[in-house]
Parts: sequence; C-alpha cells; structure tokens
Amino acid sequence: MSPSVPILEADRLVKVFGAATALDGLSFTVAAGESLGLLGVNGAGKTTAMNLLLGLTTPTSGMVRIFGLDLWQHRIEILRQINFSSAYTSLPSNLLVWQNLTVFARLYGVPQPKKRIDALLELLDITHLRKSVTGRLSAGESTRVNLAKALLNQPRLLLLDEPTASLDPDIADRVRKLLRRLQAETGLSILYTSHNMRDIEEVCDRLVFLHGGKVLAEGTPAEVQARFKRASLEDFFIGVARGEIEAIGIQ
Amino acid sequence: MPFSFNTVSALVLRYVFLYTRHPVRFIELIFWPLVDLLVWGFLTVYLQQRGPGQFPAAITFLIGAMILWDVMFRSQQGVAISFLEDVWTRNLLNVFVAPVRTVEYVAATCLVGVLRVGVTLIVLIVVAALAYGFHLTDLGLALLPFLTNLMLFGWFLGMFSTALIMRWGQAAESLAWAVPFFIQPLAAVFYPVSVLPGWLQPVAHALPCTPVFEGMRTVLAGNPVPWGQIHYALGLNLVWGALAAWFYAANLRHVRKTGLLVKVATQ
Repeated sequence: MSPSVPILEADRLVKVFGAATALDGLSFTVAAGESLGLLGVNGAGKTTAMNLLLGLTTPTSGMVRIFGLDLWQHRIEILRQINFSSAYTSLPSNLLVWQNLTVFARLYGVPQPKKRIDALLELLDITHLRKSVTGRLSAGESTRVNLAKALLNQPRLLLLDEPTASLDPDIADRVRKLLRRLQAETGLSILYTSHNMRDIEEVCDRLVFLHGGKVLAEGTPAEVQARFKRASLEDFFIGVARGEIEAIGIQ
Repeated sequence: MPFSFNTVSALVLRYVFLYTRHPVRFIELIFWPLVDLLVWGFLTVYLQQRGPGQFPAAITFLIGAMILWDVMFRSQQGVAISFLEDVWTRNLLNVFVAPVRTVEYVAATCLVGVLRVGVTLIVLIVVAALAYGFHLTDLGLALLPFLTNLMLFGWFLGMFSTALIMRWGQAAESLAWAVPFFIQPLAAVFYPVSVLPGWLQPVAHALPCTPVFEGMRTVLAGNPVPWGQIHYALGLNLVWGALAAWFYAANLRHVRKTGLLVKVATQ
C-alpha cells in the first residue's frame, strides 16, 4: 500500500432506512497513524457510519476502502488487520477473561496467543483479572478487557465506539492515556466515537462532526472551535444540539 | 471458497469452555431427553403388557423413534442455540467483526450440534438398553445413515431457525425450540405416513426425516434395510441443505441491509 493511501476512506456513503436518510454522502479519511474523532449529537449518523465501516451494515450507495481495499471485496483480509471495541458489546460473561481472550486470539490467528495475552494483560494493568469471570468485572475492568481483545491482533486500525462511556473520570483518563501511548508506540490509526469532548480533545488529532448524516465540520479540535467561534468543543457540541450552529450551514 | 478450520475450532472452543466451566449445562442435554425416554419407555412397557395380540412385537420402535427424534432436535438446537448464546451474551458483534466467514460460523454451530447430539445419544442409548432392553444398535448398518440424515436435517432446520431469529429479533427466539415441532406431526416419527390424510402425505414425503423414521420401523420389524429410503432421505437433504443455505444467506443480506443485525446483536 502506498504511504499516501489513507488507512480508511469513506467515500460518499449513503444509508437510507425506509423514509429516513441516516447518512447523506458521508466522506472522510483516516491517515496512517492518525486518530480521528467521529462526533455528532444523537441521531447524527455516527453509529450508522461505524456499522458501515465494520461491514455490519451495507451502504445504500458509496464505498468503504480500508488499506486501499474495497471492504466488501476483501472483508476477511481487512478484518484480520483491524479491530473494534464498544461500550455496547461485551465478551461472553460466563467465561473467564483468559478463555475469552484465547478464543479471540485464535479467531484472529494470533501467533503464540498465551504470550500475547499475558503481554496485553500486563500492558493494561489487568493481569490479576486473568482468571476472573468476565461478567463479574466492573465497568472499568470490562473496558480494559475489551481493549485487550481489540489489541490482540496488533491492529493497524482500531475502531472505538464510546470506549469511555460509563467509566469514572480516573479510569477514563487512564484509557485515554493508554490509547495515546499505544498510538505513539505502534503507529496505530484510530477512529473514535464519543460524546465526551475531553476524549476527543485528548485522543484525536482531528475530528469529523456529523449532523443530519452529513459532515458539518472537519479539522483539529482547535480549528473547529475557531471556525465556529466557540470557547470549547463542548460549547460547539451544545450549539449544534440546540440548533444555534446549524444556521451557519453545512459548508 | 477459502475455509479456515482454525476459525471453526476457535468458535467451537467457546462452547467447550462454556460446558466445561459450567457442568450444570450438561443437565439441559440430558434431563429432557431422559424424561422423554422414561415416558415413552414406560408407555412401551405398558403396551407390551397388554399382550402381543393387541400391539405388534416391534412396539419398541416408540423408544427408537424418541431417540432418533432427539438426535434431530439436538442437532437443530446446536445451530440455533449457539447463535442465541452470542445474542444473549452481546458477543455477536464481536464475532461478526472478526475475520469469520459466514460458512465458518455456520460450520462451527453445526459442529456444536454434533457434540450436543453425541452427549445426549450416548446417555439415551445406555439408559434405553439398561432400563428397557432396547438396543438402538439393533438397527445395524442402517444406524449410521439414519443418524447422518437426521443430523443433517437438524442442521438445516437450525439454519432456518437462526435466519428467522436474525430477521425477527429476540422476540422470535422461541423459534429455536419450536421449529422442529412444526414438522413433527408430519414427520411420521411415532406412526407411519399412511396414517396421515392423503393430502398431507406428499408434505410428509418431502421431509428428509420421514423416510428415516419409516425405515427404522421397517428394520425393527425384522425386514431388510431399506437402502432406497435412505438414499431418498439423502437426496431430500441435499435439496433442503441448498434451500437452508440460500435462506440463511438471503436473510443475512437483508439484516445487513436493514440494520437489523446490529439491533439483534445489541438488544
């Protein structure tokens, strides 16, 4: 793959559910080693976009290219090199942590799975949870175990759907720092959705703000704030949610 | 089409972990089949005691029918319940975003069906022999093709059940148990097809399990193995297999298009 080819490219994605248009020509890219935040108020199209990018939903039109390859033509090849973690999914609650990680390590064809699992548990500071029942973990522990699963295959692209939702500020801060560290050490690309503006400011190099299934704003957090004359990203978010910014128009 | 046995074995490993970690789950595989066996076994004993003049000596086919029916049912359950386990544990999305081909996922659920059948069958064969003197092995050479045909049809019914649950969501999960019983009255499990009204008989003959149950009664009555029936069942299974694969794939496409897959997975 040429270095200039984006790691991920959403190209004029349209998704229509009955009479509702969830995505209306969404286009954006994630460059190698970049962390991109996908933001938007509820119903903006973030989840739909994430599902399309993961191949869980098919687009009405448009294309998704990952590593320069068409997602639907090269689905398995692509899925081997990416991973996903969401606050809204969980690993089977009735298995032990090491059992769940072993199953997914084998699904992703990880060489020397035990060694990799041990390394990840240490990295995420959850070695003590190895033999814990997954369903009995706290929200913070569960998030870190989910992250361990998402890092098993040393992905080139990590898709994170609100990974800090339901975490206390301390654990959320640890997760953000960990992601930053991983990115710096491995050159990992990240697509990150969140309602937590602090997440976006700390983790993401750039953001794409969706509204009504379209891109309302795109740039670094500072650029977006400056362009819409807002004191903070949170202020911008609230402005969009309350219809104050829509008047400026989608540019 | 590329196919990874490693992926299939990883998916099956989950169930090995699950059952070895929670041995209580074996009760589900043993309890209900044993209850069925006891009911049909004692009914058979009662009918035998009524005297050979009133019922054929081969009345023990009721026990054989019950055991073979359970093979098909457990096989279907293996496929459908494996899918539901992923839904119940909110793990389905993790599996569907992993490098798992649909054919590998289905193959793993089928293999789980084989394991479930294996456990149930061993227990039933032993208890039927000890408690009622019924030896399933009396079916001789025909036993293997009978079991194979029932196992295959169970898989295909499981694929139909799963596809419907994907499409209609968790509200339809009772289909995982109900689908085999939709066809049971027509499958000639405990009585011959000739008992059915004439207009229903063609439907019965379109089910791959019907010639198996008819064939079992033929063999237990001391007649030669009806190889023609066995080949007919296999032919029907090929047709049902193709239909099940098409139905599963069409529904998967539909739920991906409509977003229902994500809804089912995150309900």
